Amino acid sequence: MFQLLGIPPQALFGQLLLGLINGSFYALLSLGLAVIFGMLNVINFAHGALYMVGAFVAWLLLTSVGVGYWGALVLAPLTVGLLGIVLEKTMLSRLYKLDHLYGLLLTFGLALILEGAFRHQYGVSGQPYPIPDALKGGQNLGFMFLPNYRAWVVIASLTICFGTWFAIERTKLGAYLRAATENPTLVQAFGINVPVMVSLTYGFGVALAGLAGVLAAPIYQVSPLMGSNLIIVVFAVVVIGGMGSILGAIVTGLGLGLLEGLTKIFYPEASNIVVFVIMAIVLLIKPAGLFGRER
Amino acid sequence: MSVTSNSTPVALRGSANGAGTVMIAAVLLLLAVAAPFVLYPVFLMKVLCFALFACAFNLLIGFAGLLSFGHAAFFGGAAYITAHVVKVWGWAPEFGLLAAVVVAAGLGLVFGLIAIRRQGIYFAMITLALSQMVFFLALQLPFTHGEDGIQGVPRGTLFGLFDLNQPLTMYYAVLAIFVAGFALIWRTVHSPFGQVLKAIRENEPRAVSLGYRTDRYKLVAFVLSASLAGLAGGTKALVFQLASLTDVTWQMSGEVVLMTLLGGMGTLLGPVVGAGLVVTLESYLASTSLPVPVVIGCIFVVCVLVFRRGIVGEVMNYLGKNRA
Repeated sequence: MFQLLGIPPQALFGQLLLGLINGSFYALLSLGLAVIFGMLNVINFAHGALYMVGAFVAWLLLTSVGVGYWGALVLAPLTVGLLGIVLEKTMLSRLYKLDHLYGLLLTFGLALILEGAFRHQYGVSGQPYPIPDALKGGQNLGFMFLPNYRAWVVIASLTICFGTWFAIERTKLGAYLRAATENPTLVQAFGINVPVMVSLTYGFGVALAGLAGVLAAPIYQVSPLMGSNLIIVVFAVVVIGGMGSILGAIVTGLGLGLLEGLTKIFYPEASNIVVFVIMAIVLLIKPAGLFGRER
Repeated sequence: MSVTSNSTPVALRGSANGAGTVMIAAVLLLLAVAAPFVLYPVFLMKVLCFALFACAFNLLIGFAGLLSFGHAAFFGGAAYITAHVVKVWGWAPEFGLLAAVVVAAGLGLVFGLIAIRRQGIYFAMITLALSQMVFFLALQLPFTHGEDGIQGVPRGTLFGLFDLNQPLTMYYAVLAIFVAGFALIWRTVHSPFGQVLKAIRENEPRAVSLGYRTDRYKLVAFVLSASLAGLAGGTKALVFQLASLTDVTWQMSGEVVLMTLLGGMGTLLGPVVGAGLVVTLESYLASTSLPVPVVIGCIFVVCVLVFRRGIVGEVMNYLGKNRA
């Protein structure tokens, strides 16, 4: 058996895979944050809570209605997206004329409410969610064992990420969206209903979080606190990548996930803080973030 | 965050009607001195610790326009320092508090140097991320004892004279610390330095064009705020004889934002009122079955949507209108 830098290859690739999985979730969530921020100029603190809601919707669908994973994969993001649109219409939309920080504070309050309510109802322990039958088992790649479900998560999230990138950067709808980001008044004058577009953007952004929640449910279990610590890492990812580009959010998310995996192998004690250390270094060297523009 | 300029709080113009301010301060101080004979001293001390914490936070948001979402790192981090040096190294409480302030100031300097490179929303996210790093350190470093925290911290004897194990003595020591911290903030806000901070809050590019090195002003304000938050955290560790992970979580950072928002950002007394209300509410909710975070979150949402000036801010606004 060969060794790589004194690390058995199974451990190395195992951790790298874990890093890639975490990175997929970072990418999905920071992508949603970037889409929302681009259009609304709001940092959505409730993103982690809505990711958790997505996972819970999937779990509730399974346990009380009997709708399985594939149904949940469609229904949960829709539910979360609708919830997001309601929140945007009733609350967030009142704050656009004010300082952007009020948006952060409002969504922080919403995150507390959502997490507190689910915690009150379901306790802090995780609820197991079974892997769908079609994705059970795994492949032996020779150097490591690859569980099918994990491969699916990576492929699915990459597909969604690049689909979103394509929709925003290469389609007509995306062009409207980007134009409305630059100058909403002018776009409105051309007869495009910008407020509706803003609501839909927020709905879409949080639906991505809900989808990430469903994807995560079989891996991490469904618990009310699953989003709260993740969201802060994702914030750091967003600061490192900069809000400037969609692609930047995806690449940074995946890259940092892998880096975290590598740290777990070589210096496990630092794996929790490596993202924050990198954030500090990036800020010292390039304050706008790796892909960001200084505004 | 720009506090709407048409609501310049009356307290800021304190020097204009000095006699009235002195009267109000004297009455409040008398009430604070008499309070432990009516209310439970530990509860009052908790209020005072959080009030000082919120005042320190308010120095940044209210007077420099910087929203820090990571103040729990200074508060909770300093609590660990005080608890450790007093319990394990056997230092006297005054040196324990001094160590807390020094470490919090150092931490504040590091945070500040990194965070003031970005503005607005990014500033909030960076401070949040850095404080989460402190949380993980507190979870993993051996001296903090992870989930257990540092328990059974001795209160000791302040300056070798005052036995802090007596609840009343402890209360008056905490009151003295609070008054000193509050006076420092009052002095800072009314100094030329405070005026420059307000100028930066209202219009940073103009302050730059007037020749002020705004980054330095912001950094000094940040370090000062962190030190005072550290003083509050160290004091809390002595009062409760405990330093735990709760005080370094991001929820704690959010709580101090709420106290300040509820009481009134940019008013001197607002954070004190807000801290008093939130602490009272939490101790009341603890005896009911209502989930605390949900209630706190609802107050947050209501404050942001309809009540942005906060209680003291609204009162000031009302008084100001009547006077005009």
